[in-house]
Amino acid sequence: MEMTITEKTLARGAGRKYVKPGEFVDVDIDILGMNDVTSTGAIKLLRKYFNNQIAEDLNIVVTPDHYDHRDIDSAELYKELMGFCEEHRDHKKMWVYPLGENYGICHVMLPQEGHVRPGDIIVGGDSHTCTYGALGAFSTGIGTTEVGNVLATGKLWFKVPESLKIIIKGENPENIMAKDIFLHVVGNIGVDGALYQAMEWEGRPINELNIDEKLTLTNLDIEAGAKSGIIQPDEKVFEYLEGRLKLPLDDSRLVYSDPNAKYASVLEYDISDLPPLVAKPYLPSNVVPASELENVRIDQAFIGSCTGAKAYDLEVAAEILKGNKKARHVRLIVSPATQKIYKEVMQNKLGKIFLDAGAVIWPPGCGACLGAYMGVLASGEVCISSTNRNFRGRMGHRESKVFLASPMTVAASAVKGYIRGAEL
Amino acid sequence: MKDVIVGESYVVGDHINTDAIIPGRYLGKLASVPVEMYPEILRKYAMEDLDPKYPPFLDKEKRCPYKIIVAGRNFGCGSSREHAQIALKGAGIEVVVAPSFARIFYRNCINGAWFPPTESEEDLSKQIATGDELKIIISERKIVNVTKGEEHSSKPFDLLAKNILDAGGLTQYNLRRI
Repeated sequence: MEMTITEKTLARGAGRKYVKPGEFVDVDIDILGMNDVTSTGAIKLLRKYFNNQIAEDLNIVVTPDHYDHRDIDSAELYKELMGFCEEHRDHKKMWVYPLGENYGICHVMLPQEGHVRPGDIIVGGDSHTCTYGALGAFSTGIGTTEVGNVLATGKLWFKVPESLKIIIKGENPENIMAKDIFLHVVGNIGVDGALYQAMEWEGRPINELNIDEKLTLTNLDIEAGAKSGIIQPDEKVFEYLEGRLKLPLDDSRLVYSDPNAKYASVLEYDISDLPPLVAKPYLPSNVVPASELENVRIDQAFIGSCTGAKAYDLEVAAEILKGNKKARHVRLIVSPATQKIYKEVMQNKLGKIFLDAGAVIWPPGCGACLGAYMGVLASGEVCISSTNRNFRGRMGHRESKVFLASPMTVAASAVKGYIRGAEL
Repeated sequence: MKDVIVGESYVVGDHINTDAIIPGRYLGKLASVPVEMYPEILRKYAMEDLDPKYPPFLDKEKRCPYKIIVAGRNFGCGSSREHAQIALKGAGIEVVVAPSFARIFYRNCINGAWFPPTESEEDLSKQIATGDELKIIISERKIVNVTKGEEHSSKPFDLLAKNILDAGGLTQYNLRRI
């Protein structure tokens, strides 16, 4: 029987030759991601029910990124997680990235630090864990009870998802980014358009995306309700992995979709004429061209998060901001996704461009995206943001508004003070 | 897990997300708190950022008069935070009925055995009104609207999901297997 890349990966994890959508499987987890905000219950669960024993072969990557010492509670969460890591320092397969010279947002840290391999099965206590499909892994977000049980058993049950193929055609327009491609698709299929499906992206414009852009594309797939997102790994992926991987590549895990694999449906989109897009409040699927929102005045422009502050995102934003100033009434915030990227920014010309444009440069973290700290919005305020969610109250007061766009569009809007796509 | 749930319903539409159910600003509240206290800590923030077009979910004393949520499509979309289930459970919710659930939310309900995420055969959010008294019999797949004298049906749970719920969650399920 012919299978998709997702089905083959889950079959491998379950020790089976073949699985089909709808089947239940118990799979070995290759990598578990833990962060500060969803781990606390899992740590307590492991202690209480599993004698504090971690499954021997489990690889764990710990990235405290969500709350970062914004108050006493978050300091306690960080302390508890770091205490847990210290307690389990004999667990040889644990990598910890504490606040310091090498930390940052999990979904940028894991690929950057070489923890993601094609064919891996990765779960983590954050819904945007679907990001790692950009490198050919099956990855998905899980809850705290699941994190605790994966810690203890190294395994997790799944219902094999159907796959949804998205074929992108045409030429990538110069003023759009992967964010716009996703917004175009989710605007069409809705926030439950891929509910419990694996979104499999293909087509020349997708192959032409660089790794940072591919990571954005699969990160966003949860916003269409997807279980996971995936792009079949190509040469560029293997070049990216070269010299970066913490664990050796396992060729037996390298799988690709068969030509006659079954898909729930196949959708095609031509993006040649795609304009810069924006998702209006309060759903990521509420998508219109930026040109329809030119009289929306913004209070804040946020360039940050796992979908908006990777190296390429910041290069593109800097290109727009170069020689320009933000509008006087706008707070322009740039928050590089990891400390390595932050260091690059501060030590090369990007930092000067951002500062000269009137931006404040904030440290890495998830805080602004989920309205926890940094860049929190007051009632009635409007933010254009390179993040991935615009639900009511997402970035602050429930009467604030978040418009989602690419880092390029956010930068262009910061200069105008009103929503604008970039004109190149 | 209770098989028969009787109580007042609270009705919401499509795509009710986890930021509405428990805003991100409260996720730090579980630091330094024993697990048993989680529902008590989070219940007072339940549904705080829900669209104000809906009637208040909590009264002035932060008590929730409802036991049952009836929702439209894709209930629980967004974050993987299990704080959402904990907040609803703490508020007194014993079952959520919806034609579809966001997958991570659905799994969290099952794996944490917080309440059964009950899939209705059809979207009941237009047929049931907030305040209607419902009687839900999980094993018989029945959703009875006592106030309106109407009866609807729910879909069966997958066997594994049912077994995990019956065990009292994934932890108990795994402990029995080891």
